[in-house]
Amino acid sequence: MNNTDPFPGDNLEINTSLEEKLEKILPLVEKPGRYVGGEYNSIIKDWNNISTKVALVFPDIYDIGVSNLGLQIFYERINQLNDCLAERSYSPWIDMESQLRKYKIPLYSLETKTPLKKFDILGITLPYESLYTNALNLLNLAQIPIRSIDRGLGFPLVISGGHATYNPEPMAPFIDAFLIGEGEEIFLELISTYQIWKSKNQPKIDLLNKISHIDGVYVPAFYEPQYYENGIFSNLLLKNKKSPKIITKRIMGKLPYSPTHFIVPSISVVHNRIPVEIMRGCTRGCRFCHAGMINRPIRERDVNEIVDTIEKALDNTGFEEIALLSLSSSDYTNILELVNQISDRFSKRNLTISLPSLRIETFSIELMEKLKGSRQGGFTLAPEAASDRMRGIINKPISEELLLSTAYEIFKCGWTTLKLYFMIGHPSETLEDVAEIASLCKKVLAEGHKAIGKRAKVHAGVSTFVPKPHTPFQWVSCDQPDLIRQKQNILREALKGRGFKLNWTDPKETMMEAWLSRGDRKMAEVIETAWKNGAKFDAWQDFKNYDIWMQAFTENDLDPYFYVHRERDLKEIFPWEHIFPGVRKTYLKTEYLNSMSMKLRGDCRQQCYACGITQTFNHLREEDPGIIWKCPNLVTKRRANELSLSN
Amino acid sequence: MNYRYRINYSKKNDMRYTSNLDIHKMWERTFRRAKLPLVYSQGFHPQPKIQLACPLPLGFLSRHELVDVVIGQDFSLELFTERIEKALPSGIGINQVTVVNLHDPALQTQIESSEYHIYFLENFDQDQLTKELTEVLAKPNIIRNRRGKNYDLRPLILEAEMIDDQPPYLRLILESKPSATGRPEEVLDELKVPLELTRIIRNSLFFSGSKK
Repeated sequence: MNNTDPFPGDNLEINTSLEEKLEKILPLVEKPGRYVGGEYNSIIKDWNNISTKVALVFPDIYDIGVSNLGLQIFYERINQLNDCLAERSYSPWIDMESQLRKYKIPLYSLETKTPLKKFDILGITLPYESLYTNALNLLNLAQIPIRSIDRGLGFPLVISGGHATYNPEPMAPFIDAFLIGEGEEIFLELISTYQIWKSKNQPKIDLLNKISHIDGVYVPAFYEPQYYENGIFSNLLLKNKKSPKIITKRIMGKLPYSPTHFIVPSISVVHNRIPVEIMRGCTRGCRFCHAGMINRPIRERDVNEIVDTIEKALDNTGFEEIALLSLSSSDYTNILELVNQISDRFSKRNLTISLPSLRIETFSIELMEKLKGSRQGGFTLAPEAASDRMRGIINKPISEELLLSTAYEIFKCGWTTLKLYFMIGHPSETLEDVAEIASLCKKVLAEGHKAIGKRAKVHAGVSTFVPKPHTPFQWVSCDQPDLIRQKQNILREALKGRGFKLNWTDPKETMMEAWLSRGDRKMAEVIETAWKNGAKFDAWQDFKNYDIWMQAFTENDLDPYFYVHRERDLKEIFPWEHIFPGVRKTYLKTEYLNSMSMKLRGDCRQQCYACGITQTFNHLREEDPGIIWKCPNLVTKRRANELSLSN
Repeated sequence: MNYRYRINYSKKNDMRYTSNLDIHKMWERTFRRAKLPLVYSQGFHPQPKIQLACPLPLGFLSRHELVDVVIGQDFSLELFTERIEKALPSGIGINQVTVVNLHDPALQTQIESSEYHIYFLENFDQDQLTKELTEVLAKPNIIRNRRGKNYDLRPLILEAEMIDDQPPYLRLILESKPSATGRPEEVLDELKVPLELTRIIRNSLFFSGSKK
């Protein structure tokens, strides 16, 4: 019946047999629009005229993955190249997965509905660890062997990057190459190396060899981890003498262009908005914060550039919401000017503009007031800890007085709900410290009552701390689940009354996040077993796979306690140390020791604490002198010291 | 001055998997991309004045859908059409654009019935289906239950016949008033045809009093 198409279509007929099957399957699944593409700004290129085909994959459902900024950057950049194309794919939800398996349909790209196994390069983003089982499931659905060693020439090169891959070891056997750090340049370098290799008809090992010489590329097959008898990692054996001993992350000296041709989904998704990165990096030095350590140095975009990006992106998408992204918006140097300009240019257009990560001070309210459009969201502050002792340990000093007066003003200005983010489980935290979170919430609500009466609400989001690689807390152990529950119960009891809402994380989920982020290469066996036994969508609410994971540890004769609750000796070598984020271990260790004595370190734009980032990337800084980097200028300082010494 | 435009469009290809609510959003974004100054409702949550004629169920194709939009500027039909066509996602095709009276009643209250063409994706027994259809149409009442409420499907079927074309299809005209709507999938259910083995195309929307 397809030959006598009763209805005119304007799409290229690319894979009619697949389209025919989909037509019968899609009426049976929830939100079929997830699986068909065709969105505004999606790019379809002619496969016959393109040499290198890249599939960009987010291993969670479309609703979450489609708005990922990182993949959007690559999507636009790669499609700008005349000899390359990039298409997208996401994890199918369980209903679609069973249909794909039933009809033996390999997972395909949305643009041309081409099976993923037909692409040259498969790029899987791993922003967080709970996507690991989904990544394996996705390869399997694509009918691609999950282990690198089983993928010969007939399969795509499988690469990965993203925040989680700063400890690549748990996923090492599954990924051919990791791209460490900011991917804008390195991805393109990898593509051109791939193209040269492909033109010469050489074996895959030659490809791995060649790409391992690109700065920032980690090819795990060339390294073999060694362990002591007690299971602790000892060192990494180089199986290929020419491979680098240390893989230093890649960064952009100056932030590259922002994407403006965002995919506009034809169905509703989690984030329907234009994300604009106003700066990268953070100078606050909170000791628990993974993002704050691995995204150094701080680099800002110019105000005019940001406003221009918003203007273009609005024209290109028709979106009604803009999110200004950074780790700490208040630290953006010209934040007032930026907000003023955005308010002047866009306030009459019925848009929602969000500015997250504001500091606890009344100035933040002024900023939010200016951005307040027709629709009004909540106001969010992140004190993280409630006692001065804990603030000293995590290095996030805030004054309670200032928090309360800010809260009062927020309610007074018309917000009825104030969201407060806290984290429990920090090193040496006591039950009294946790109780102080509850009493702080009560004091904040009392301010709300003073300002607007009983309408005031406080929502407390309380997450649980996981000691992350490459942070000053990488040596510490994670709280035991029982203790976490005890702490959560204190908050639940105390914040029962009217006006409070409390969110917390299931301790089982925290355990999984901990063993995955702190794992060595042995963890890969656990991940594979868990996946084989049915673990997937581990990031989803009510984490149901805990027993599957426990069983996977047992089957592989490994102990989650070893990864999660064991305090590391200061001399221990970590299984992720060959990945260098530019921040030195000696600095992290000093900061760890500082935390024990509650010694505060200020904003490092005011004073450099020698984390190592400027030394590592000095060559890039020299290429782009001026105010883009916010690190103090060390060279001048050193010269001044030398002068004073010679005097 | 505000102006009300009516767009007659087709819903094609993969756009069939976009729901009625999401089609509304799609139009809103298309008008913004086309730089047509949308007029918003008054009040605490201003909404652009965009009206769809009659919801099309998820998965259906259509040769005749209608949307009304109020904009704050007078455009020639040519310029209006040109701007939208540049801003549309694939899967939406413009058939015709007209200007309508700003104060006409809401679009959805003006529609009376819809014509559907139903094709069959797998081999089927045309004689058997014709027989089933004759039996269904011979019934004085077809009492069914929709969301806990009983209703009679029979009077909602205005016309139904097998068209012996290449390929053959089932042609239905069903009532499409906000108060009473006949659904093709309910007729298919009476005919014992699984929905997923059909391709349903809405062929026309009929205004009150316009049909024969």
